[in-house]
Amino acid sequence: MASIDATNDATRRPFEGRRVHLGDVLLKGVAGAAAAGGVALVGLIAWKVIDGARPSIAKYGIAFVWHIAWNPVPGHEIYGAASFLFGTAITSFFALLLAAPLAMGIALFLTELAPRGLQALVTALVEMLAAVPSVVIGLWGILVLGPQLRIHIEPWLHSALGFIPLFGPPSAAGASIFTAVIVLAIMILPIVSSISRELFLGVPHELKEGALALGTTRWEMIRGVVFPYARGGIAAALILGLGRAMGEAIAVTQVIGGGVFIHWSLFSQGDTLASKIAAEYQGATSNLDVASLIYLGVILLALSLVANIAAQYIVRSVARKHGVTRGGHA
Amino acid sequence: MSSTIQQPMSEPSIKVETRRQPMPPRERLETVFQVEDLDAIYGRKTAVKGVTMEIYKNLVTAIIGPSGCGKSTYIRCFNRMNDLIPGFRQTGSVRYHGQDIGGATIDPVAVRRNIGMVFQRPNPFPKSIYDNVAWGCRVLGMKDSLDERVERALTQAALWDEVKDRLKASGLSLSGGQQQRLCIARAIAVEPDVVLMDEPASALDPIATQAIEQLMHELKGEYTFVIVTHNMQQAARVADMTAFFSISRGGEGERYGELIEYDATEKIFTAPSDKRTEDYVTGRFG
Amino acid sequence: MSAHELTTPAMRLDRLPRRRAVNRTMEVLAWLSATIGVGILAFVVYSVARRGWSELSLSLITKPPIPFSFTNAPQGLANAFAGTLVIVGLATVMALPVGILIAIYLNEFAPPSIRTGVGLALDVLAGVPAIVIGIFVYGLLVVGGGGQSGIKAAFALSILMLPFVSRTTIEVLGLVPNSLREASLGLGIPQWRTTLSIVLPRAIGGILTGTVLAVARVAGETAPLLFTSSLVGPRTSWNPTHALQTVPLSIFELSESPNPKDHARAWAAAFVLLVFILVASLTARWLATRNARKIAGR
Repeated sequence: MASIDATNDATRRPFEGRRVHLGDVLLKGVAGAAAAGGVALVGLIAWKVIDGARPSIAKYGIAFVWHIAWNPVPGHEIYGAASFLFGTAITSFFALLLAAPLAMGIALFLTELAPRGLQALVTALVEMLAAVPSVVIGLWGILVLGPQLRIHIEPWLHSALGFIPLFGPPSAAGASIFTAVIVLAIMILPIVSSISRELFLGVPHELKEGALALGTTRWEMIRGVVFPYARGGIAAALILGLGRAMGEAIAVTQVIGGGVFIHWSLFSQGDTLASKIAAEYQGATSNLDVASLIYLGVILLALSLVANIAAQYIVRSVARKHGVTRGGHA
Repeated sequence: MSSTIQQPMSEPSIKVETRRQPMPPRERLETVFQVEDLDAIYGRKTAVKGVTMEIYKNLVTAIIGPSGCGKSTYIRCFNRMNDLIPGFRQTGSVRYHGQDIGGATIDPVAVRRNIGMVFQRPNPFPKSIYDNVAWGCRVLGMKDSLDERVERALTQAALWDEVKDRLKASGLSLSGGQQQRLCIARAIAVEPDVVLMDEPASALDPIATQAIEQLMHELKGEYTFVIVTHNMQQAARVADMTAFFSISRGGEGERYGELIEYDATEKIFTAPSDKRTEDYVTGRFG
Repeated sequence: MSAHELTTPAMRLDRLPRRRAVNRTMEVLAWLSATIGVGILAFVVYSVARRGWSELSLSLITKPPIPFSFTNAPQGLANAFAGTLVIVGLATVMALPVGILIAIYLNEFAPPSIRTGVGLALDVLAGVPAIVIGIFVYGLLVVGGGGQSGIKAAFALSILMLPFVSRTTIEVLGLVPNSLREASLGLGIPQWRTTLSIVLPRAIGGILTGTVLAVARVAGETAPLLFTSSLVGPRTSWNPTHALQTVPLSIFELSESPNPKDHARAWAAAFVLLVFILVASLTARWLATRNARKIAGR
């Protein structure tokens, strides 16, 4: 029986030698740095933007938020965010009001009603709508939608519902808050609808069967089981849609007409935080002008961060809740 | 060996304590369901084939058989729940009080209103205990004396005493056995005619199982129960009539479920007519 | 389908007809919503196609714009197409490695707490409005740093692409079966080699599709370009150290002009842009579903 001399044979001593591979350290380090950089980026963005607004923040402080006036003419310079804040609020709110029921309808159609083939087709088409660049929608808004609204819809709404301050005299040029609302609704429709669709697909089948077995109609089942189950996620979807609407600059500035006032009529012109920045940046003259525009950006960033973080928080807590209660026995 | 000799077995293989009372004579039984030559098919696979039998009022009817013989599919034919599965179709007829419930002009919603179902795994809604029971009543238009209805349903489901102080708690906070009884309460709250139960106790411990069997026994005066179970002893304890399904092979080698024998439970377990039934109930297979 | 009541003694005629009517109404509304949704898309695409197609000609891509032109001399947007190619190309080169590295870190190395933290940061980054990113890059690089340039614009776009590339790469890496990693590690191959030589190549298809989707997303992005690459002349340039004209920005500027000839060119450019983006998106998504099965080894 040959004895095996294990001591000198290098291949039989695999555990000696380098424990730590240089490659591992390098890859982990570089990749980790990238990840850290990604996280730092968010903070860096916030910091740099605030930094750019410094002259305006120094001059106006927080009161900037409720100043209505905005005048870059030298000698009469005064800046304030209020009318644009109002514009952002009103356009985003109404866009969500229009888009949300449509998006829910589409999501319900896709999950409950559509035959297999149509389901795939319509899903793909709605995703395509999300892919259309905002500048193209804005172009369409100025040259196609705006005139149509001005000629047909706005006068009719004004004559029928003019007693409501929302529906004042129609805009002269087709550029109005109303056009912006429609454009924004179109842009946020795909996001809200695709998130809702995923939520509805995630409702456990047993719950739906349990409701239907009682003899309820499909709609009653949706109202009684699907909606309550998906409630949190729907809130997150709506908030995300709202955030997207608030941040849209290009399409809005193309169709909204511009103006510094707070009017209740949807048919008047106006501006949002984002659209004002886009509209005036290239013509900005003084340092204060530029800084004030950036200050608008600070407010916009704050709003969208709040919306985003709130939505993410809701998504994560809903995921936790549903992960626990499904299949859990007390 | 012949499969049709009606010989009592030397010793019943299952000695079971039963609370079963003797059934009324056949002539006085009222038919609730009449199944005629029913085939249930998913896509290209036939789940059950050629079933003909009757379900009688105010009895507990058990459907037993090895796994894969199509018992669940079969019971779901009674309340059109198979409609929810794409690619399903059935031939033959299921008549409820004489009317074919599979007809194209029949609304499944109306069918399910009168034929309730309890599922294998408890599936209470993410609502309070009270709302779990009350929601169906509200939606279906039984809004009067809701509190009484809820209490009655929970009492009949033998759950009232355990939950009466926490009706607002979530239905999901209950134990498995309690959740299943909640589902039973939910089903009977809307006053169905028939309650279908698809292996209602298979996910539960023995004590919870016993509670549910007791329930069926007490309630069959008001409802008709059809229960699918893979537990023979349970069938022997609880059912008046038992239908034995098994897996048969067709001409091209395909497998499908088939009704082998349907008779009073006593007979199925002590003197089955078909050898296959005898093999199953004596534990020789399945 | 007629509503046929089961009229046996056991039936109660609760308000079933009314409930059925409500159900039907909701069904109709859902169908209507889907029709409106698809209809809007069809309307927009049709508008762009009809107006853009008639204005389309080769000179759009080959000829530069002639500012203040009152003649019918052929002009195009050659500078914009060149600029978009350069800037989007550079943005992809910047975003891709970083995005992949982040995905590798999160999927292969990071403990769960870091994974959720960085994931959250990326999701938040994805929600920052494009115009704010423009302001950011403006403040960081343009002010005091030598003005606008194609590279700075590319940097801004790459920030927009980053969460996209990361997210899709993480998903794709997750699809690679663990058995593959274990087989490699079991042979004694160190983790970095396993990741780079085994896992990554397996996921390449999916990463590519994610990149195409990200490119489709930023090719049409206008807002950051306002701050980083908007002071441009009509000359066609491929030099990224200067500000370059881009397709979305020229559509934007032309759309604001009162001259119908400008509108015509805007439609044509929008048509080209839209076709490119839609074809890229659809192809990428189709490839993605095919690849997902292949990567997972099914």
